[in-house]
Amino acid sequence: MHGEAADAPDRCLLEVRNIRKSFPGVVALDDVSLRVGRGTVHALIGENGAGKSTLMKIIAGIIPADAGELHLLDRRLELRSPRQALENGIAMIHQELNLMPSMSVAENIWIGREPANAFGMISHRELYRRTRALLERLSIDLDPQAEVRTLSIANRQMVEIARALSYDSQLLIMDEPTSALTERDAAHLFTIIRELKSQGKGVLYITHRMDELREIADEITVLRDGRYIGTERIGNLTREQMIRMMVGRELTRIFPGARPVAGAVVLCTRGLSLPPHFRDVSFELHAGEILGIAGLVGAGRSKLAEALFGVTPASSGKIVIGGAEIEVDSPRAALSCGMAFVTEDRKETGCLLTLSVLDNLEIAVLTRDFVRLGFVRGAAVREACAAISRQLRVKTPDLGEPIANLSGGNQQKVLIGRWLLTGPRILILDEPTRGIDVAAKAEIHQLVAQLAAQGAAVLMISSELPEILGMSHRVMVMHEGRVTGILEREQADQEKIMALAAQ
Amino acid sequence: MPQALAQQTVSTSAAPRSRRWPPELSILMVLVGLAFGFELLGWIFVRQSFLLNEQRLVVMILQVSVIGIIAIGVTQVIITGGIDLSSGSVVALTAMVAASLAQSADAVRPVYPSLTELPVIVPVVAGLAVGAAAGVVNGTLIARTGIPAFIATLGVMVTARGLARWYTRGQPVSMLGDAYAGIGSGVLPVVIFLATALLFHIALRYTRYGKFTYAIGANPQAARVSGINVPRHLIMVYTIAGVLSGLAGIVTSARAVSGQAGMGMMYELDAIAAAVIGGASLSGGIGRITGTVIGTLILGVVTSGFTFLRIDAYYQEIVKGMIIIAAVIADQYRRRTRDARA
Repeated sequence: MHGEAADAPDRCLLEVRNIRKSFPGVVALDDVSLRVGRGTVHALIGENGAGKSTLMKIIAGIIPADAGELHLLDRRLELRSPRQALENGIAMIHQELNLMPSMSVAENIWIGREPANAFGMISHRELYRRTRALLERLSIDLDPQAEVRTLSIANRQMVEIARALSYDSQLLIMDEPTSALTERDAAHLFTIIRELKSQGKGVLYITHRMDELREIADEITVLRDGRYIGTERIGNLTREQMIRMMVGRELTRIFPGARPVAGAVVLCTRGLSLPPHFRDVSFELHAGEILGIAGLVGAGRSKLAEALFGVTPASSGKIVIGGAEIEVDSPRAALSCGMAFVTEDRKETGCLLTLSVLDNLEIAVLTRDFVRLGFVRGAAVREACAAISRQLRVKTPDLGEPIANLSGGNQQKVLIGRWLLTGPRILILDEPTRGIDVAAKAEIHQLVAQLAAQGAAVLMISSELPEILGMSHRVMVMHEGRVTGILEREQADQEKIMALAAQ
Repeated sequence: MPQALAQQTVSTSAAPRSRRWPPELSILMVLVGLAFGFELLGWIFVRQSFLLNEQRLVVMILQVSVIGIIAIGVTQVIITGGIDLSSGSVVALTAMVAASLAQSADAVRPVYPSLTELPVIVPVVAGLAVGAAAGVVNGTLIARTGIPAFIATLGVMVTARGLARWYTRGQPVSMLGDAYAGIGSGVLPVVIFLATALLFHIALRYTRYGKFTYAIGANPQAARVSGINVPRHLIMVYTIAGVLSGLAGIVTSARAVSGQAGMGMMYELDAIAAAVIGGASLSGGIGRITGTVIGTLILGVVTSGFTFLRIDAYYQEIVKGMIIIAAVIADQYRRRTRDARA
């Protein structure tokens, strides 16, 4: 599979030779090599924990390699800091954006390199002029004076890209740039990437979304468990072949077959509103059903989920659970109605990062079970957690391992396990597979389908249409805070959903 | 990448945590190292043993018992991601109130002439109640109004010190009953310190109270979403810290056989130092009572060691300050390595 990677040497922009990196107890990268040509987008794919992020960090100068060489335009690089990488023409756009929210777009782009006027003060006019020129060159439509905190995630990403290119970078590293973008914003991003390609720049691109590879990537390199598996031109591979390279085995079906049901109504809402986030939301959720909620980012889906679970209660409307109208004014109240909520953001509202896997699993169920006279029934709760962790195939040496040491997919499984321990009748999942690898994704899909088959009612928010279409019995589409349609599984397809979501 | 370390799924027998290096071990080694350092210096400079002197060891622990009792409460506050600056002033206020209810019949100018020779339980309960009240105020301000813990407890610190002075218009309260004075005599303060430590060690490790305390410190949002009533729990933690400051005030006034408004000055800082040296992280979610006890003992060893070597008290403070900074640097370093792996 190495054949195609050996392009003519004059086209080679970055060459990575025999990189090794180990952390205490783990070999993160074992003899990895790859080449990125000028004017190409080179995608790096692999499961979570395959070593993609580590390799990116080495190329961007964030962490040093233990062995191996980096060459940029046939010059050997010795990178000791991200700053040096930038000066050598390598810029990285992080998954978590590194911008200063209270400063303007222009200030963020040129921080530390502001143009000075005759008095040695910052010349704002020149600063804005340069920013406008830069943004124009990239066809990014942003006000240089706008404060970054007022911008959408997509626009913040544009600011990051502009900053990276303001260093005249030759190689741009993008770590899952589309994970928080709507389809339309992603399309805009791709336009910009194509523009960069035509200017002869190289892009090293990490993603978990298989669908966008074909659209944007020229070549892919697959890593698995820290080892180099192969490099191929994108046209030479089918989706199944890529997945096989990533996981080392064939996944027959990505989505589990789910069967339609007609159970009793467990949850229903009437005119639920929380302006300006969502208005007049009414729907019914049946036992054994998976109701997908589709929509663009900002359609109010997450806020609706938070309102259902009492995190930020709705300001008007009714929530009826099991036939009785219930005021869900706190997560505690929701929990006692048999609801469970796996939130969108693992880091912000999910993981207890300083604590162990066990602590993370048991915390929700301890609010009402496994406690006698204030004392935790340690052995019993440990056994229950071990059982759930086996069932979900959480990869961890033992339950005492800090959750921070687990990969994203395994952290997500722990968070799902936290809620399964409470035996929920209604499960709300907000982007349950965002940023996790293909194999863990398939396992989570399987599990959700299984829970529904056992009678749980599932509300699943997802921005990935294939996930929505593959999992849901019905699809509810939201647009700017309103429900624009509820489609039966048979009628739902990509076009109809996008039409309702974008209006 | 961490999963390469762990290809096997979770072991079936709910596995023990013992394989991991207990975080207290390194700090325990610092304590032992300091003690042996003083031992060595003792033989060189004053031709005496530092450790083989039972009386010195008792006095050493006795001196830090009060700080230790406060530090146990402060540790819990720090685990939630908060801070309590009011402890020292609450010690003073409690000492005044408890002492005023513990005076003997022959007191020269009793605060309450009709209330002398009360059973010892009265000043003790009153003192604990004063501490609890201060804690409730701290907790309510922080949990219900959303003021930062630093500011809320700073306000209570100043207010409580003022109340302690106002209570007797600055006059000390003396001539306390023998039963009350007994609380502070002999090794009883050490026993109270260690018993309190044991109690809260168990509470933090084995009760729901403890689990929730860590969860809130690790991620308050996630704790709330998991169904924990975060404001109520925070109020409880600050109240417990207040009660322990009250207990410290009782012990202090009993040891001194008097109540003075200047008592407990800067104790809050020593208590925070003990917790931080013991491994508690000011960003929350990390900290243990065993660590805090060792941290307290380190403060004791430094104080007593310098006195033993007849070195000026100035140097003592300089060294103490450096130990605190070193502890925080160690914490930062641990956090960085953790984040790098995450």
